[in-house]
Amino acid sequence: MSRETIEVPITGKIISVEVKVGDAVKEGDVICILESMKMENPILAAVSGTVVEIGVKAEQVVKPGEKIAVIEY
Amino acid sequence: MDVFIDALNSLGQGFLNLTWQSGIMISIGCLLLYLGIGRKIEPLLLIPIGFGVVLGNLPLANLAAQDEGGVINLLYNTGILTEIFPVLLFVGLGAMIDFGPLLANPIVLIFGAAGQFGIFITLLLALGLGFAKQEAVSIAVIGACDGPTAIYVASKFARDLLPAVSIAAYSYMALVPIIQPPIMRAMTTKKERAILMPPGEKHVSQRVKILFPIIAGILTILIAPMGAPLMGMLMLGNLLKESGVVSRLVDVSENTIANTVTLLLGLCIGASMLGGNFLKWDTILVFLLGFIAIFMDTVTGMLLGKLIKVISKGKINPLLGAAGTSAFPMSARVVQKEGQKANPRSFLLWHAIGANAGGQIGSVMAASVMLAVMSGLGIGPLGG
Repeated sequence: MSRETIEVPITGKIISVEVKVGDAVKEGDVICILESMKMENPILAAVSGTVVEIGVKAEQVVKPGEKIAVIEY
Repeated sequence: MDVFIDALNSLGQGFLNLTWQSGIMISIGCLLLYLGIGRKIEPLLLIPIGFGVVLGNLPLANLAAQDEGGVINLLYNTGILTEIFPVLLFVGLGAMIDFGPLLANPIVLIFGAAGQFGIFITLLLALGLGFAKQEAVSIAVIGACDGPTAIYVASKFARDLLPAVSIAAYSYMALVPIIQPPIMRAMTTKKERAILMPPGEKHVSQRVKILFPIIAGILTILIAPMGAPLMGMLMLGNLLKESGVVSRLVDVSENTIANTVTLLLGLCIGASMLGGNFLKWDTILVFLLGFIAIFMDTVTGMLLGKLIKVISKGKINPLLGAAGTSAFPMSARVVQKEGQKANPRSFLLWHAIGANAGGQIGSVMAASVMLAVMSGLGIGPLGG
């Protein structure tokens, strides 16, 4: 099985995490909401599969490149 | 008994003086209130404007912006006709805007320039339709997608059109998320919209961020002095923010000043929308031309985006072209959304914010150029 790692694209704060480990997600589903530049930005699943890892939690300040989630597909 | 009847008569005077035009305008005011409160569309603007329309059109209330000596007339004369409100609003705007993404990637400034072409196309159209030069300039500036700039120019040149121009400018700013996406989709293939760009966040030193408003302020004002009040206040607000040593002034600028001025500006604009000066064919034309201005801003921005995509050998997503308007940060958000819709891996926000901040500078520059041309031609305010 392949793994897709979703990384933080831009400095900001995680407002909410919308999935948990074990959840099945479809391409385009919201993984978490990242607040950056005074805007709430959804971070989406790039592939359909199963969430096997979550690297962030709500209220966490994050930097580019940090792991948000890993999806196995 | 006579005194009682007189009292009753005077109590009913408001009803007796209500005209059908006032009735329509009061209904429009209530509609704006519904949109602001019920639908939560730009409530900060629509509630003061909507209530201003209601108050201004109530007969004998002396609350229209044009009612000499009335409370709102005093605010209108001192805040709008003197241009103080739009200028003050720019201090707040400067304190809110982050030029970091623009400074990290200055090439996106070109999108900010392309996003202003609609202004000039609309100017020609308005002149072709027979509007006076002063009116045509005021209508064209709706294409700046920037309420305070439009108010600034219209209050200078065509005060009769001020209500229509300002309402159109603010309406279209709010409608950017609805107006832009269909144009962006029509002008690009899904493959083009899906182009991935590295998120691109780069660190910009504090020294550069502090120097930018000083240098940009000096240069732009030297180039186009007519827009100095707007550009000067925009850069002052930004310098306060980036200096990092006057947090109290930043707080006052981005909250107290911006909110107070937005409230009073909205109220005055609403109270200036009267049946007599609003319910006319010219108002429809102003809205139509304003729409064309914003439509063409997006089209020219997208055309440049496509050109840059070709020049960069497919590395730059053409959607960025649509972020060059000064509807900040609406256009950037639209670009981010459309990019992500085409490709869930896409994250264009950083680049789009840079282009959008460039659009903010571009719109003030475009307005300044128009003012300079008018001044050069010796054209003063209409009726002045």
